[in-house]
Amino acid sequence: MILRAAVAALVAFMTLPTVVVIAVSFNPTAILSFPPAGFSLRWYENVLTYPQFQRAAVNSLVVTGGAVALALPVGTLAALALERGRLRGRNVWAAVLLSPLVVPGVAAGLGFLILAAALGLLRSRSVLVAAHVALVLPFVVRSVWVSVRNLDPALERAAASLGATPWRVFRRVTLPLLRPGLFAGLLFAIVVSLNEFVVSLFISNRVTEILPVAMFTYVVNYTDPTIAALSSLFIVATFLVVWLADRYLNLGRVFLQH
Amino acid sequence: MRLLLAPAVVVLAVFAAALASLFRWSVLEFVPGSLQTGGLTLANFRGVLAPQYLGAIRDTVVLSALTTALTLVCAYPVAYALARTPSRRLRSLLLVLTLAPFFTGAIVRTYAWVLVLGNTVVTWPVPMLFTERGVLVGLVHFSMPTMILILAAALSHIDPVYERAAASLGASPARVFRRVTLPLSMPGIVSGGLIVFAWTLSAFPTPELLGGGKVKMIANVVRDLGLDSFNWPGAAAFAMLALALTLALLTAVGRLSASRVS
Repeated sequence: MILRAAVAALVAFMTLPTVVVIAVSFNPTAILSFPPAGFSLRWYENVLTYPQFQRAAVNSLVVTGGAVALALPVGTLAALALERGRLRGRNVWAAVLLSPLVVPGVAAGLGFLILAAALGLLRSRSVLVAAHVALVLPFVVRSVWVSVRNLDPALERAAASLGATPWRVFRRVTLPLLRPGLFAGLLFAIVVSLNEFVVSLFISNRVTEILPVAMFTYVVNYTDPTIAALSSLFIVATFLVVWLADRYLNLGRVFLQH
Repeated sequence: MRLLLAPAVVVLAVFAAALASLFRWSVLEFVPGSLQTGGLTLANFRGVLAPQYLGAIRDTVVLSALTTALTLVCAYPVAYALARTPSRRLRSLLLVLTLAPFFTGAIVRTYAWVLVLGNTVVTWPVPMLFTERGVLVGLVHFSMPTMILILAAALSHIDPVYERAAASLGASPARVFRRVTLPLSMPGIVSGGLIVFAWTLSAFPTPELLGGGKVKMIANVVRDLGLDSFNWPGAAAFAMLALALTLALLTAVGRLSASRVS
């Protein structure tokens, strides 16, 4: 009974900020109040018409699209090599591939800033793409690796013995069987890249900045509920993605067992 | 097969080049007012220990320790419920509610706490926003999903038979928890605690927004030096400090879990 009350209170603590953000986003006045004094969609209108957000949204699409398009095949090949490659020091390779996860954002961000300045790439989105590829790669490798491990090589041998070329085996047997891992990796990569903030803050300017950086700048300079509206859109999209992932991928299996 | 690793090696080489530039600049002499640097020096690392930054380092360590302790206490009941509930629906609900903040970005989450702590929802008896208390609340909230997942994984590995055996021999529920469940979940507590501590040491958006410039942690000093003062060598030395602390702690986690397996 006490446990149940504690869990309910803690889950409320976890969700409280989300509820407040969504409520405030419909506030009719620029002065924040809770519960809202009325209902208005003007901040949503503001989000969609603010030029800097439009520019940042395009940048986000380009950077995330580019990073995911590169990281997904690169990570998939690496996962295949890790499981099948009979590598010497496989654990070391795995640790190296997952290492971008453990580097603090400010260290990676400042490092990429110095590197980009040395290469004269500070005004380009390519630095952002390069950084994002490295940051989402661990998520792709991990997700796909789980699927490769569960793949029975007998199925591929069967296809090969029936005369399929290696490429045909890969395309018709291996890839379809890896679909759950590829899908999970894609999902993680998109969510992580769309929300990446610290590293991007260091290596972007007003022209190349992605949405989280533009939102940060807005929060620091203005206090109206525009960010609440944009955050609500982010939250709804994320909830949908997580809910769908739980439905089709059974998140409990992904997260609670090794 | 080994060739399949080549593209990943290229990606990691770029990442390593960025970290190498960071290291290089941390030992170059800062020339105020320019992005040119002088010769090799260790002055930047001595600068890390300058009196004006000692407060930030102390705050970082104290806030990280408090965050770790509070997150452990708050995450444990949720993780226990997650690991032990027989209802698949409840488990899904708990998992989605816990994981959703994990997926919503740092800015959205932190901005939400700016609203909650800034007297919009309730009027706080003591000031919360732009104080260490407020930063602590935000950091605990930030660390909860990670800790819940690690503890739930550890708890789901404990066979409930042990708890039932203790209870059937007459132990009260509190005693069962203290003498059976808690000790058996110790691996999860240790690795979860170390991971959260390591992460909080280099926390950036939470102290930046909830601290409002009044509460500074190591990462905020890196930003100020690097992006406001253009003192890249000084910022690089601080970033190396954050990197070293985090890596040392996470290596300890790896050692601990490896020694348990063998």
